[in-house]
Amino acid sequence: MSERPDQRGPERGGAEAPRAPQGGPQGGLERREAEAAREGGGRRIEAREARLLHRAGPWEYAPAPEARDIVTIRPRYGLFIGGEFVEPRSGRFFETINPATEEKLAEVAEAGPEDVDLAVRAAREAWERYWRDLPGRERAKYVFRIARALQERSREFAVLESLDGGKPIKESRDVDLPLAAAHFFYYAGWADKLEYAFPGRRPRPLGVAGQVIPWNFPLLMAAWKLAPALATGNTCVLKPAETTPLTALLLAEVIQEADLPPGVVNIVTGAGETGAAVVRHPGVDKVAFTGSTEVGKLIQRTVAGTGKRLTLELGGKAANIVFEDAPLDQAIEGIVNGIFFNQGHVCCAGSRLFVQESVFEPLLAKLKDRLQTLRVGDPLDKNTDIGAINSRQQLEKIQDLVASGIEEGAEIYQPDCPLPERGFWFRPTLFTGVSQSHRIAREEIFGPVLSILTFRTPEEAVEKANNTAYGLSAGVWTEKGSRILWMARRLRAGVVWANTYNRFDPSSPFGGYKESGFGREGGLHGLEPYLELTPDGARR
Amino acid sequence: MAGRLEVRKTYKLYIGGAFPRSESGRSYPVLGRKGEVLARPARASRKDLRDAVRAARAAWLGWWEATPYQRGQVLYRVAELMEGRRDQFARELEALGSPDPEREVAASIDRWVWFAGWSDKVHHVLGTVNPVAAPYFNFTVPEPTGVVGVVAPEEPALLGLVSRLAPVIVSGNTAVVLASERKPLPAVTLAEVLATSDVPPGVVNVLTGYKRELVPWLASHMDVNALDLTGVPEHLVPEVEAAAATNVKRTVRDGTVDWFDEAAQSPYAITAFMEMKTVWHPMGV
Amino acid sequence: MTTQPAGMAKPEAPLAEAGAAFSPASAAALVVRTGGVDAVGLEERAASLARRSIKREAKLWALDLAIRCMDLTTLEGMDTPGKVVQLCAKAVRPDPTDPSIPSVAAVVVYPNLVPVAAGQLRGTGVRVASVAGAFPSGLAPLEARLAEVREAVRMGAQEVDIVLNRSAFLAGRYRQAFEEIQASKEACGPAHLKVILEVGELGSYDQVRRAALLAMAAGADFVKTSTGKIGVGATLPAALCMMEAVRDFFLETGRRVGVKVAGGIRQSKQAVQYLVLLYETLGGEWMTPERFRIGASTLLNDVLMQIAKERTGAYQGPDYFTLD
Repeated sequence: MSERPDQRGPERGGAEAPRAPQGGPQGGLERREAEAAREGGGRRIEAREARLLHRAGPWEYAPAPEARDIVTIRPRYGLFIGGEFVEPRSGRFFETINPATEEKLAEVAEAGPEDVDLAVRAAREAWERYWRDLPGRERAKYVFRIARALQERSREFAVLESLDGGKPIKESRDVDLPLAAAHFFYYAGWADKLEYAFPGRRPRPLGVAGQVIPWNFPLLMAAWKLAPALATGNTCVLKPAETTPLTALLLAEVIQEADLPPGVVNIVTGAGETGAAVVRHPGVDKVAFTGSTEVGKLIQRTVAGTGKRLTLELGGKAANIVFEDAPLDQAIEGIVNGIFFNQGHVCCAGSRLFVQESVFEPLLAKLKDRLQTLRVGDPLDKNTDIGAINSRQQLEKIQDLVASGIEEGAEIYQPDCPLPERGFWFRPTLFTGVSQSHRIAREEIFGPVLSILTFRTPEEAVEKANNTAYGLSAGVWTEKGSRILWMARRLRAGVVWANTYNRFDPSSPFGGYKESGFGREGGLHGLEPYLELTPDGARR
Repeated sequence: MAGRLEVRKTYKLYIGGAFPRSESGRSYPVLGRKGEVLARPARASRKDLRDAVRAARAAWLGWWEATPYQRGQVLYRVAELMEGRRDQFARELEALGSPDPEREVAASIDRWVWFAGWSDKVHHVLGTVNPVAAPYFNFTVPEPTGVVGVVAPEEPALLGLVSRLAPVIVSGNTAVVLASERKPLPAVTLAEVLATSDVPPGVVNVLTGYKRELVPWLASHMDVNALDLTGVPEHLVPEVEAAAATNVKRTVRDGTVDWFDEAAQSPYAITAFMEMKTVWHPMGV
Repeated sequence: MTTQPAGMAKPEAPLAEAGAAFSPASAAALVVRTGGVDAVGLEERAASLARRSIKREAKLWALDLAIRCMDLTTLEGMDTPGKVVQLCAKAVRPDPTDPSIPSVAAVVVYPNLVPVAAGQLRGTGVRVASVAGAFPSGLAPLEARLAEVREAVRMGAQEVDIVLNRSAFLAGRYRQAFEEIQASKEACGPAHLKVILEVGELGSYDQVRRAALLAMAAGADFVKTSTGKIGVGATLPAALCMMEAVRDFFLETGRRVGVKVAGGIRQSKQAVQYLVLLYETLGGEWMTPERFRIGASTLLNDVLMQIAKERTGAYQGPDYFTLD
């Protein structure tokens, strides 16, 4: 792979206007007088379209593939129940493929209701026999061991994550793995300090947590679920996504090697039916789900009336808001990172870009230029910026929504990069001329597709940003601190990033308002969903 | 191992990541349970103390600017490496006549782990966002005070030192430690652990010697921000507390009786060596 | 809002006529959106570009370009004609055993040694460059600095590296700093002017950006990171910040200004990282000695060793490369 995205001659891209002659500095000046007057108190600004950076050649980065042989993938995986890999009672297996090549990687057991029942029973027994009464400082040591093992085997996990899910190795290596290890490390430290988090209450574990996670950050989401649950003294039944089960199964190996008591963590693979069986199981005390809002609503209905505790981390349609005084070059990076990180398969992706009109034109020019430098292709190549779309199904969903954007009259821009023939791919995509009523401005695309809208005043930006059923995250770009805080207060979103985007840290809570779900993961606030806080004043 | 003669260790000071002897060229005898001389560690001078404070100050900014996560991992690493030297610590404590050496070593390791976990949590628990009655965002965040002198308790020589040192450095302070005078050997071995466990040079400096000689200099040093007096002999305390006033050092005396009890560990031992900083910022378009 | 230099912000402020390459109007226009620079974001971007993995033929291409863009430099009080003669030989023929290795771009010396370098380099294609203008502080009377520039050019310098007057710049006397560069450009005559910002003394990336824009507007042909005479030399984020300023200046005025990184660049890996920054910020048009330079003294041998390593597959030792 590793074809460079800009092998097509000196022009900026197919959708761009033809290049103007590179004349003297006066070229096009008069034409721009009016605009210049508006922007700069009479100073002149030349047409940016008149000056273009040549993005073609002369340098070709050679392929720089990460070694794949660090990973051994077994032909077939059973279910991880009671500390061992076991054959599924269901007798069924499904394939997991590499979305960059469509090659089969392994067969993975599909857990049926009977298997889920065994897993929940194993978790219950482990809870009652060891985990519930283990002193916090000893629980902590187990969780610290997992953190350290992830650090030791980080490259192996990173390669496997990229193989199974299609994300670029530089992201799995530099983001997913360090964050997953850090999450275990952070929550390990809480295990023996819970009384300080909830003064005046006695924190006690709930029991068995049933946890269903998505395919966009397979290992990291497993860490977000398991680390706080284990640290607070719960046992777990984890259901990874059917397209990306392999790193969770490698994590099972780590858990074995860390000598966790059998049954404290159980991993049942399968698709939606398996997840439903976990959620429905009467032996589950707490349900934690990360995924689409649609499925989240189903789960909320299923759990209704059962007394199970529930947290949901669902979809988003985040506004990334750029003011005219923003540090523009960094804002460009934030916009790119906001929507193209992990192919846009990010619930908090900055998929609606709101740009203050006075800075729209230069920003768009810079953004289009930046898109030319994005490298789409082999996820295992260390220089790849955008990898493969996770599945054919997801690719079709993205294609459908992009088609709707064109139909509804928005203007599309894509750099003219070549894509590999096999596998699932989608070019980084911008839409301009988008209005609030377009589907691409309302629905979560979960792909590398950015809808650009404009605004004039901060009030208007807030109003438009909040005009959605979602409320997971938002971005604000301005050099003015007081405006950041004013905006942050008014934005109805669980996370607000200012002059940055898509930053995560185990100490920082994450979660949504409105239909983006409820409950927080990360930080002190990530403990509470896994605890019963009894009104007993006694500390210990 | 019949016929093999043991190679004995020279117990030296630990200053700025190196293990010098005292510049004074002095040492002092440390006695075992039967009154025999176990070793002759360095008897630090006031100039050694001055060097140690200088090393601690030089290391301070880098250590504070390390992320809390990094500091947490470094402290956890200390526990990992101590685990590998359990026997050595236990033998030293045994020779010095400590009542329960193995339990003391295990508790010391666990105490490092406990404080390591606080590195990125003390702000959650003791920092605040303050709802002031005006359009300002206002928050209070704890920050390390700077260079801290830690006078370690005489007993238990290892667990007492770890219990007082870990809360000082976890937040980003650097430390000048005066080890237990009668039982300084585990402190030097701990320094050897620190030197090989990613703790940057100068973050912890360990001096052995006579407290009555060193404590007054530490107490009056104008570039020391705070003092842990837990191990200062009772009769010296008034004098030392008065000397601390020369540059308004924060002084702390921990009243712990049972160092093995979990009550001996507290996040307030961390914030005792932290400053609370409050920030106001307007909110408006 | 904008952080334009005060002297240039007022539309009525008289801007002396600069070089013919652009008009005062467009020079003023460039300060409209000097904007701020977010340090954290800038450093993250620089770090992420530095992690590009450049292998095999791509690496060989870059190493070859690094040599062609190199300003081989000696700026010591102990420099002698003998030393400069040896350096010039190395500059023309970096590896006497391998004719495929190109010459470097230029040799940089103090003014008094310009005649020696000019004599050695005549007809070789390697250019003669001199520091001037009371390098490295710039704190001599303006007339003396301009005289030094003129004299260096008269003696044969084709390129002149001067320093930004940080004393004026940091005191907020932007107009003075601007006009001094204009005067230096004029004093250069046909020679190319490189303006050293000394990023390690400017205190923030906002100031780096402002200084770069000011120097470009005043007529600099190149903006250069550092003198190499203070503790902090070139850094990836500072260089990126300057490249972004160069990009914005080009988009505003159509004029392509070169970038020179110098100070502490000793290893091939660093050189390749700067080339990646350049390529992904300014594109292929800047990948040439006319628009990019690396100032260095010991870097050259490391590049030669890396080229040999790529070709032979074996890691190299310093005994096999000439020390000049």
